Amino acid sequence: MPVDKLVGQIASWLQKEGPLSDIVVSSRVRLARNYDLIPFPHRANKEQLKEVISKTEKAIKNSKYLKNTLIIDMSDLTNIDIQFLVEKHLISQEFGKPKSERILVVSDKEIISIMVNEEDHLRLQCIQPGLQLLDSWRLINQATLELESQVEFAFSKTCGYLTSCPTNVGTGMRASVLIHLPALVITKQIGKVLQAVAKLGIAIRGLYGEGTEAYGNFFQISNQVTLGYSEEDIINNIESIVKQVVGYEENARTLIMKEDKKAIEDKIWRAYGVLSNVRIINFQETLNLLSFLRLGIGLKMMDKIDRILVNKMFIITQPAYLQKLEGRKLEPSERDIARANLIRGNLERRGK
Amino acid sequence: MLCQICEEQEATVHYTEILNNKAVELHLCEDCARKKEIIDQSGNFSMADLVKGLAGFVGTEDVEENLKCDNCGLLFSDFRKTGRFGCSRCYKAFQAELEPLIKRIHGSTKHVGNVMPAKHAKEAQTLSKIEKLKIEMEKVVQQEAFEKAAEIRDKIKKLEKGIKK
Repeated sequence: MPVDKLVGQIASWLQKEGPLSDIVVSSRVRLARNYDLIPFPHRANKEQLKEVISKTEKAIKNSKYLKNTLIIDMSDLTNIDIQFLVEKHLISQEFGKPKSERILVVSDKEIISIMVNEEDHLRLQCIQPGLQLLDSWRLINQATLELESQVEFAFSKTCGYLTSCPTNVGTGMRASVLIHLPALVITKQIGKVLQAVAKLGIAIRGLYGEGTEAYGNFFQISNQVTLGYSEEDIINNIESIVKQVVGYEENARTLIMKEDKKAIEDKIWRAYGVLSNVRIINFQETLNLLSFLRLGIGLKMMDKIDRILVNKMFIITQPAYLQKLEGRKLEPSERDIARANLIRGNLERRGK
Repeated sequence: MLCQICEEQEATVHYTEILNNKAVELHLCEDCARKKEIIDQSGNFSMADLVKGLAGFVGTEDVEENLKCDNCGLLFSDFRKTGRFGCSRCYKAFQAELEPLIKRIHGSTKHVGNVMPAKHAKEAQTLSKIEKLKIEMEKVVQQEAFEKAAEIRDKIKKLEKGIKK
């Protein structure tokens, strides 16, 4: 199965650090593109969806940026496989719904991926570590332009690139940054920051968890408007907002170090103590403890492990990823044991 | 901050809508946001549903219900129900009706980003250049730099002539 090739592989964005990696985890840019005349996927028949796939596959074969790509037929996948791809940040939840004639294209090292026949004919994305939106945009833009030299995408002079939903029309671009803000949460300033950012016409929300809590203190910041501004302007706008938020987080960290240093040091080392000795642990607790480790590395209080390992553990301890690593379906109780083993194994191997 | 709807739970979904150049803010709790269909079941922003809400009432009172896309057969009334187009040609078919909706979503109706590299590229690029120049002209007029504004105006005229040829 092609999807199994991704199990042992750690994505390129998880192997390196980038600008402001201390606080910014990753930068992702997604472009939506459609073929002219062919109905959008939700209105297309089987033949039309097949035509989208064959057109796309042909263009990819001649592409330099998309060499050595893996092509996954979504209808071959189990529910665990699908969830695994969501956890790897390669597909949306929506793309995992059981519909026929959908393929996923994954480039070498998972830098670029393309969902074919999601809401639009093509959803192309690029992920890079740290704050590198411009770089991600350049890469995905070049890859898209290369495809566009072979196929024609639906475009209008006034509306730009045409998309299934009018919220994506124009650039078809969604630029999003995954950001870790533990000190703003601890100092209870996060609500204020979220409100301030929302005022700027930018979406911000917790990455994991439901209700009022954002487990692991991860937030996603992305643009809402796709028309009326150039790609660079949209990206520069988000980058400057992200830098401001990073500044707030840095101030909050300084405040914690000044006022509550011992208490936070204690929490960080307790998190390390629990994770390196744990026998049963669910994903939510894992997120919260790893968040403390990540903060500890940023505050230079935790020297036992590095940030790259912590980032990787956030990804591989997710429920479906865990089951793919184990190579079988696990009951929730079995998962919590397997997760504990995986965490201890990783910490022991790297522990100094 | 408490949710603006139930006024009980902490607001965690913060959403801004641009309405006639004015930002309207919504601060909701997860439950109310889900009820209002601003976020979907998995907690992601559900823009399509928001659009559905907007498309239902934005300046579409007098619209011919039978307005139809020639290419895919989608009725404008279908679009109002789902918030999704049927194909790329729907934009042209519903052009006049869409303008207020697109303006409401994006605060603009003119694309100024990347343009198609193929055969229409040149003309579209010029149009996008004109749009950028117009924005710049407004800026310099506000700064009362009228000479500079006249220069830009001439540039725009020249570009516009180029398209008409």
